[in-house]
Amino acid sequence: MEHTDKYYEQELKGLKEVILKMGGLVEEMITLSLKSLTERDTDPGEAIDQREREVNSLEIDIDDRCLQMLALRQPTASDLRFITIGLKIGKDLERIGDLAINIYEQAQELNHEPPLKPYIDLPLLATKTQAMVKKALDAFVNQEAGHAQEVCAMDDEADDLNQKIFQDLVGLMQKNPEAVLRGTRLITCAKHLERMADHATNIAEQVIFMVQGRDIRHGRSL
Amino acid sequence: MVKAEAKNLSFYYGSVQALKNITLPILEHRVTALIGPSGCGKSTYLRCFNRMHDLYPYKHYEGEIILHPEGINIISPEVDPIEIRMRVSMVFQKPNPFPKSIYENVAYGLRVRGITKRRLVDENVEKALTEAALWEEAKDRLNDLAFNLSGGQQQRLCIARALATNPEILLFDEPTSALDPIATARIEELIHELKNRVTILIVTHNMQQAARVSDQTAFLYLGELIEYGETKTLFTNPKEKRTEDYITGRFG
Amino acid sequence: MKDLKTLIARRKFLDLLFAIVGLLALMVGVFTLLALIIDLALDGMSRLSLSFFFSYPSRFPEEAGILSAWVGTILVMFVTATTAVPLGIASGIYLEEYAPKNWFTDIIEINIANLAGVPSIIYGLMALGLFVYKLHLGQSVLTAGLTLGLLILPIVIMATREAIRAIPTSIREAAYAVGATQWQTVQDHVLPYSLGGILTGVIIGLSRAIGESAPLLTIGALTFIAFLPDPPLQTHFPFFSFEWLLSPFTVLPIQMFNWVSRPQAAFHLNAAAAGLVLLVMTLTMNGVAIYVRYLFRKRIQW
Repeated sequence: MEHTDKYYEQELKGLKEVILKMGGLVEEMITLSLKSLTERDTDPGEAIDQREREVNSLEIDIDDRCLQMLALRQPTASDLRFITIGLKIGKDLERIGDLAINIYEQAQELNHEPPLKPYIDLPLLATKTQAMVKKALDAFVNQEAGHAQEVCAMDDEADDLNQKIFQDLVGLMQKNPEAVLRGTRLITCAKHLERMADHATNIAEQVIFMVQGRDIRHGRSL
Repeated sequence: MVKAEAKNLSFYYGSVQALKNITLPILEHRVTALIGPSGCGKSTYLRCFNRMHDLYPYKHYEGEIILHPEGINIISPEVDPIEIRMRVSMVFQKPNPFPKSIYENVAYGLRVRGITKRRLVDENVEKALTEAALWEEAKDRLNDLAFNLSGGQQQRLCIARALATNPEILLFDEPTSALDPIATARIEELIHELKNRVTILIVTHNMQQAARVSDQTAFLYLGELIEYGETKTLFTNPKEKRTEDYITGRFG
Repeated sequence: MKDLKTLIARRKFLDLLFAIVGLLALMVGVFTLLALIIDLALDGMSRLSLSFFFSYPSRFPEEAGILSAWVGTILVMFVTATTAVPLGIASGIYLEEYAPKNWFTDIIEINIANLAGVPSIIYGLMALGLFVYKLHLGQSVLTAGLTLGLLILPIVIMATREAIRAIPTSIREAAYAVGATQWQTVQDHVLPYSLGGILTGVIIGLSRAIGESAPLLTIGALTFIAFLPDPPLQTHFPFFSFEWLLSPFTVLPIQMFNWVSRPQAAFHLNAAAAGLVLLVMTLTMNGVAIYVRYLFRKRIQW
C-alpha cells in the first residue's frame, strides 16, 4: 500500500534512488581501483576522481533529504527506520569510496616498481569484498534480510583472508629486506579491503534493522 | 499495575456494534492513548468508562470493565453510574465550562457531593486550580465568568473541575483538538505531570500527540483492538501491518 | 473583466432594490401601527386624568373611570400567572428532561402546540361548563384567572421547552460527568440557564392574556362593576383573605367593549383612553420581556 500523500511517497522513492546511484558509483570506484592494483593499470585515475566528486556530493544530498523528511514528515515505524539508516548508509558508502581512492594511490606507487609476487590472495579478498558490497546493496534494494545476513557471515572470511595476506607478506619481508616498501604497501591495500568489507557489513546490519526492526549490531543476537 | 481493564467489551448503538470484543488493560499512573481513524470506536470506548452512554437511549453493553482494586464491573447495571463518575472524571473535546464563575465551576463537583463548608471548598478549589496550572492566572479573578478566559485557559479550568473531586481515572476525549499549538503544549505538559497522581486514558486523532504524551498506545480500527503496546515500540516497530499502515499514513 | 464588472453592478442594483422593497414593507407596518396609536392617543388623551384612574364606571361619561377595570385586570393576571407559571414550567421540564422519547410523548408534544392555536372563546366555553357550573366557582376572578391560565399554558410550556433545548448537550454532559444526579443537573444548570427564555415566554403569554376578552365574556365577566373585590390583606384576623378570588370582576378590554357599544360619543373617548392604558401596559410588559432576555443573554453565551 502506498502513502496517502503522493509527494511523500515520491520523496521516499527519491531517497532510495539516490542511495542506489551512490552505491553504483562506489562499486565502479572499487572495480577501477582494483584494476589499477591487480592489472597494474594507472589509466583510471581521472575516472576515479570524477566518481569520487560525485559520490561526495551525493552524500550531502542524502543528508539533506533525510533531514528534511525527518523535520517535515514526522516519519514513524518503517519510514523512520529507512530514513535514519539512509543517513548511515550514505556515510558508509562514502567511506568505501575513500578507501577505493586510497587503494588506487597505493597502486600508483606500486606500479613504479616491479611486482613483488604473483597476487593470489589479494585478488581473492578483493573479489570477496566487491561481492559483499554488491550483496549488501542488493539486500537494501530488495529489502531482504536473508542476503544481508549472508554478508555478515562473509565478513569473517574477509578477516581471515586479510590475516593470511598479512602473515605471508610479513614472512616475505623478513626474508627479503628490499621487499619491505612494496610489502608494506600491499599490507595497507589488504587492510583497506578489509575495512571496506566492514563497511559493507555495517550496511547489511542496517538493512536487517530496517526490514525487521531488530538491532543486531555489536554482537546482539541474530 | 493494572488500574482498570476491559474484558471482552462490546457495545451496541441500537443494532450497530460499535465495539467488538475488546480486551485491554489500563495501567495505573500511566497515560494510555487510543488512536485510530474516524469511526473506529475510540470515543465510544472511552465513554464506557464513566457510563456516559447511559444518558442516551438505545445502547447496550456486553462484557466487563473491571475497576481495581475492588474488582467492580463499571458497566454492570447493578453498579450506580453516579458512583462511577465520582471516581472517573472526564475532560471533553471542546472546553465546556459552566456559565458560572471560575470558582463555582471548580467547586461544583464538591457541591454535588454535599461539601459546603466554605473553607474546605476554598482549599480544594485552590488545590485543583494549582494542579491544573491555572491558579496563578485565576487567583485574582475567581469570581469572573469562566467564559472570559481564553480557550486554553477554559480547557485547563475543565481539567481543574475534573480534578477537584480527586478522581482515580481521568478520561481525555481529544482535549486539545480545539486549541492552538502553545495551549496544546501546556496541556500535554500538564498530562505528563498529572499521571503521577491519576491514571490517564486519552483519545486523540493526532498521532504525534499520542506519541509525545503516552506510555502505552492502543490502535483501534472499526471497533476492534488491532494492537496494544508500549508507545515507543508501537511507533518505531509495530507488530501488525494495519498498525504500520495507519501510523505511516497509508490509510485512515 | 468588463463582463465581471457589469455582472457585479447588476447584482448590486438588485441588492439595493430589495433593500428598498424591504424598507417599504416595513414602513407599511410601522406607519399603520403609528397611525392607530396616534388616533387612539388623540381621542383618549383628553380623558386621561387621575380621576379617570380612580373612578368607577358611571352612566355619565365624564365621571366614568377605569378603577374596577384595571384592578380587575391586575387581579386576574395574578391568578393567571400563578396558574400558568408553575404548571407550565414543571410540565416543560418533565417533557424535556424526564419523559422517555417515544410515540406517546410525541403525540403530547403535537397536541400542546395545537392547543396554543385553539381560539380563546373555546377556552371560555370549557371554563363555563367546568369552572362555573361543575365546580361552582362562579363568575369570579378565580374562574377568569384559571381560564386565562389554561389559555397561555401551552405558550409557557413551549417557551420552557425551547429554552431548555437551547442548552448545549456538552454542558449537561459536563454536569453528569462530575457526578451530578438528574435532579441536581436540572436544579443547578438546566433551570438557571433557561430562566431567561422561560421568563420571556411567560411575559409574552401574559401580555396576550391581558388583552383577551372573548373567554372572559363567555364566563360572564360583568361590565358595570361599581365596586372593588375585597382586599386580600386585612387588619383583622386572619389577616389574609381569599374572598377576592370569588368576587365578580371586570377587566380593561371588557370595559372598553362596553363603552364602545354605547351610542354616546363621549363614551367612545373613554374607550380610547382605556385602550391607551391597555396598550401602554402591554408594551411595557413586552419591553420588560425584551430587557430580561437581554440581561440573560449577556451572561450566557452558547
